[in-house]
Parts: sequence; structure tokens; C-alpha cells
Amino acid sequence: MSRIEQKFAQLNEQGKKALIPYITGGDPEPGYTVGFMHALVEAGADMIELGIPFSDPMADGEVIQKAHERSLAAGTTLEGILEMVAEFRQTNQDTPVVLMGYLNPIEYMGYANFAQKAKTAGVDGLLTVDLPPEEADDVVPLLKEAGIDTIFLIAPTTTPARAAKIASHASGYLYYVSIKGVTGSATLDTQAVAEKTAELRQLTSVPVAVGFGIRDGASAAAISQVSDGAIVGSVLVNKIAALAQTPEQIPAALAETLNEMRTAMDA
Amino acid sequence: MTKANTYAELMQLPDDRGHFGPYGGRFVSETLSYALEELEATYKKLSADPDFQAEFDKDLAHYVGRPSPLYHAERWSRMLGGAQIYLKREDLNHTGAHKVNNTIGQALLAKYTGKPRVIAETGAGQHGVATATVAARLGLECEIYMGAEDVRRQALNVYRMKLLGAKVNAVESGSRTLKDAMNEAMRDWVTNVDSTFYIIGTVAGPHPYPQLVRDFNSVIGREAREQSLTQTGRLPDALVACVGGGSNAMGLFYPFLADEAVAMYGVEAAGDGLDSGRHAAPLCKGSPGVLHGNRTYLMQNHDGQIIETHSVSAGLDYPGVGPEHAYLKDAGRVNYVAAEDEEVLSAFRELTRVEGIMPALESSHALAYGRKLAQSMSPDQQIIINLSGRGDKDIHTVAGIDGITV
Repeated sequence: MSRIEQKFAQLNEQGKKALIPYITGGDPEPGYTVGFMHALVEAGADMIELGIPFSDPMADGEVIQKAHERSLAAGTTLEGILEMVAEFRQTNQDTPVVLMGYLNPIEYMGYANFAQKAKTAGVDGLLTVDLPPEEADDVVPLLKEAGIDTIFLIAPTTTPARAAKIASHASGYLYYVSIKGVTGSATLDTQAVAEKTAELRQLTSVPVAVGFGIRDGASAAAISQVSDGAIVGSVLVNKIAALAQTPEQIPAALAETLNEMRTAMDA
Repeated sequence: MTKANTYAELMQLPDDRGHFGPYGGRFVSETLSYALEELEATYKKLSADPDFQAEFDKDLAHYVGRPSPLYHAERWSRMLGGAQIYLKREDLNHTGAHKVNNTIGQALLAKYTGKPRVIAETGAGQHGVATATVAARLGLECEIYMGAEDVRRQALNVYRMKLLGAKVNAVESGSRTLKDAMNEAMRDWVTNVDSTFYIIGTVAGPHPYPQLVRDFNSVIGREAREQSLTQTGRLPDALVACVGGGSNAMGLFYPFLADEAVAMYGVEAAGDGLDSGRHAAPLCKGSPGVLHGNRTYLMQNHDGQIIETHSVSAGLDYPGVGPEHAYLKDAGRVNYVAAEDEEVLSAFRELTRVEGIMPALESSHALAYGRKLAQSMSPDQQIIINLSGRGDKDIHTVAGIDGITV
């Protein structure tokens, strides 16, 4: 059983839903990321999505675009991201870490090379925004062999037939993108999400986590009613941006936001 | 398998999933998958529909002004003393470049799918103008994304687009050029996918764009092939075209792919020189990767990050290239070469003075290489250079280099 599966099973027993924060690795500088990850776990994170910065983050809104720019300007690389995970694992063996990013840096490193290094570092899952299952045949078997889950996206525009196909390729969890748009762009429609997650439950036993548009305790709680987990990104990255000049204040700011969500979700 | 068979088979690509060998494909976020499947189905249906083809041909004839001439540049050929140079005059099209061939086709697709809004990315502004033009004619809402740096370099085209009723968004992210404009157009599309048709301007992007943009521009090569046979009694010895994303080159090359005796040269932007690091030549100096929905040759660093490009011409200032070019390079069918800014400007001036034709700086890359190629050949041989656009939009750039404000 993978670390992600274990975590969902454990939450299920406790009657809780997963709270999954996203931050961009290396934002504002590589040296701070591991500290942020530990702070997130202390504040109630069940898993962490760690963004791999890319020069052309096509699916991201302005907040996360800027985070990628700050991270790259500070010299972050994919190798560096893997080192961050390895450092995090020295003191935390329970919290799953999913790397989220775009395909090109991974393709450039080489799929087999990446899978091996990610396994060694203690990575649990990989979500590549621009890698639909049709193009993933070269990647998924290598990741599977390394014990790394491949997380795929489902969108509001995904047809039921296509969702079934995607679900058959997925492991770890499915990431349901709650809105048509880029990250951080709009407020979500809980009712529409509920209909879609119910539809997905008929198709697969893989947990369904929902992201895009979750910005506070109320929206996190609403989403966790109708799914297996809430993914929250832009609101946290905004905190990092606001405090980029005083990074020592960032962990407390991240914790405050996440605490509010944890409390609302568990209430 | 004989070589001729191999060449004929090149014309069968892409495969059903949009691949040209290892290149091409559909690397997009899930939200766009449905829109692309829908577009693929629509295009498959309409491209086999004689009514759609007839409407396309009619627009090309009466709105664009096709066929464009194949002009024998006799004086220039004589001066160079080598092969006879023929110019395929895409600069004479309505809106001044080959770009309109594609926007006419895609606007018809937008019309048939009932989308009220079109968006496009643009570099030099030619594709933006061509999109704004067809949008005006069909009464479609139109938004153009253009890098802030290109907005500055191509002020004339920005104003043209505004006159045509388009909203022009200056993109301030990344390197503020064509690639960033394409990122922003993708973000718009993913947000407004129900109402919006994305008119991609080059033979790149996710399947089926590389295929349909090539097909719409193939009218260039079909005409040139026929004109060459009619005017000279034979096929040319070589074809030359500039390559940024590569749509004018693909349009010229594609109908000749099976003609084994016709050599092909795609000319990338060498900027300050291929060894200077300041260029836009992914086929000459890049390596394969994934960007903007397809796998192709890219300019990237040791971490797989896309690096900034440089070219005197905004239209070639792009770190990727159409996936079919990537395949044709590996297959050895097309030779990919590059021309430096300095030789490009010299070719721009030379054609203007010798033939009275002012070429776009993009097309001047093809002229710069074509000039050298012609000189290495004999006067009884002939080459076709694709004069993909006219140079009016570049007057400010050239004047600026001359230290003149116009």
C-alpha cells in the first residue's frame, strides 16, 4: 500500500477528509521550502503538493505564475526540488508528498532517471498538468515500478467515457479541477462539484480530491462534504508572495490559513 | 522500401493521435481535451466536405486574392550569377502575409462550430492582423495576445488590429514575446472554452492544430508546384522558406514532400550567431521537449526550462517549432539552416533595391539563405523562395537600426 493510500485509509477510519496544501518549491528561495512543509504538516496538512517551477506555467493564474518566476530566479531546479523532499523525509516519514508541475523538466531529466531519483528522495506521487493519459504510456510504468502514484486531472469538460478511461490509469487520487480556468481564478460552485464527484464515485474507488477556487475555511469545508479532500494553492502562495521580503514570517502565516481550514473541515 | 516510397509516406502524417513519429501529440491540461477532440472531429468532417472546401477556395480567390504570383526575380538572379530565383509572392495576399490562408480556414471552422468569440496569439502581429481581419468580416468578437516587447516593436500592427475592432492584450509575463503570448492565449481558452475558438497561428500546438494549419497553408505549395510546371516546364531544384513556428515553410514544402528531386531548406533565425547563445534556432541548436501542447525541438537549459530567444524579426522569436518540422529534420527530408540578423538585413535591403520588393524581416531570412544557395548553383537550375510577407511593418525596426526615427 502506497503512502497516499495509507493516508486516505487512515483518514477514512477517522471520518476525516484530506487537506492538501500546494506550494511552489523554491518560492521565494530554495532554502525555505522544507521549513514551510513542516509548518503545513503541523497546521493540519495530510499531504503536500510541491510545485516544480517551470518557465511557462500555462495552466496557472497570475499568483502561481509569479511563484514559479520567483523560484526560478532564485535558482531552483528539479534536482533541487528532489533534494527538498529528501530533506523533508529525514524527519517526516508519514506525510505523502506529491510533485506537481509540467512535463518538460521531467522529460529533460529522463523518465527512468526521474523515477529513480524521486523514489530515493521519498516522493509519493506525480501530477503533470500537461500529460493526459493518452501520452503517458512511456511514463506511468516507470513510476509504478518506483512505487510512485500517477495523479491525473479530471475537468468539468471531461465526458463520462473519458473520465472512466482516466480513472482506469489513475492511482493515489484523482484531482478534480472544480472550474474551467486557471489556478486561483474563480469561485467554485459546490453543487456542480457535488454532481461531478458523485458521478466519479460510480466510476472508481480511487479517492477524489478537489482543487481550484478553495480559499477559506467555508469553501474547504463545503468541498470536503462532497469529496475525499480539498486542495488549496493560490491562497497560500499569495501569503508567500506578500511576505517574500520577510520569509521568517511565512510559516506562521501559512499555518494560520491552514488551521482555519482544518478546523472548518473537521467541525 | 524505396526512398521514393518513404518520401510519399511523409505525406500520410500525422497518425490518428496527432503524432509525427515521436513529435506532436496533445500535451494539454484536461480542461482542453474535450475542445480539442471536438475540433478534431469537426475538422475531419469539414475537410472532407466539398461545400466547406468550395467556400474556403472562394474566400481565398476573392477575399485574399489568390493565386499569388510565382515571380521570376530575373535581375536579382542575374546579379547573383547562380540559380534562377522565383519568389512565391505571399506578400501580395490581403493583409500582407501568408497568415491569412490559415485564419480564413480557421474562421470558417469557428463559424461552423457556432463560437461567437475568437482569440489568437501573435508575434510580429501578422497573425493577429489576419485574425482580426477575418473576425471583422464574420462579426466575431476578437481578442489578441501579444508580448509587451512585440507590442513595442510592432506598433503599426497593434494599431491595425485595434482599427479592425480587436482587443489587444500586452502580455507582461516571462520574456514578453510570442511564447508568453501563447501561454496567455491558452489560459484564456481554458477559461472561456465554451464560447471561444482559439485560432493558433502556426503549425505548432496540440493536435489537430499542426495538421490543420499546414493543410490551410498548403495552398502555397500546391500553387507553386503548378506554377513552376506551367511557367518553367519543370519542378524547382530547391525550396527555401523561413521557419519560426514554421507555417509558411510547411505550406510550401508539404505538396512537394514526395518529389524526391526537390531539395528543401528551412531557415531559422540565427540572431547574433548560432554560437552566440542569442538566437531562435531550436532545430539547429535545440533538443526535443514538450511545450505548448506538443513534443518538438525546443530551446531549453540544463533543467528543461525554456530559454529566451533573440531575433531581429518578432515573428521568428519563438523557442519551439512545429512538430512536423522536427520529424522532417530527423527524417533528413528538409535541411534546417539559419541566417544571422546582419545577413538578413542585407538581404532585405538588396531585394528592395534590386527588385523593388520590400520583404518582411521574417521572409528576409529565407532570402538571405536563398541568395547563398543560388550562388552555389548554376544558372540553368531554379529555386523557389517563399516571400511570406511584406516589409511595411518592419520599417520602424530597420529605420531604428539606421538611426532614423520615422
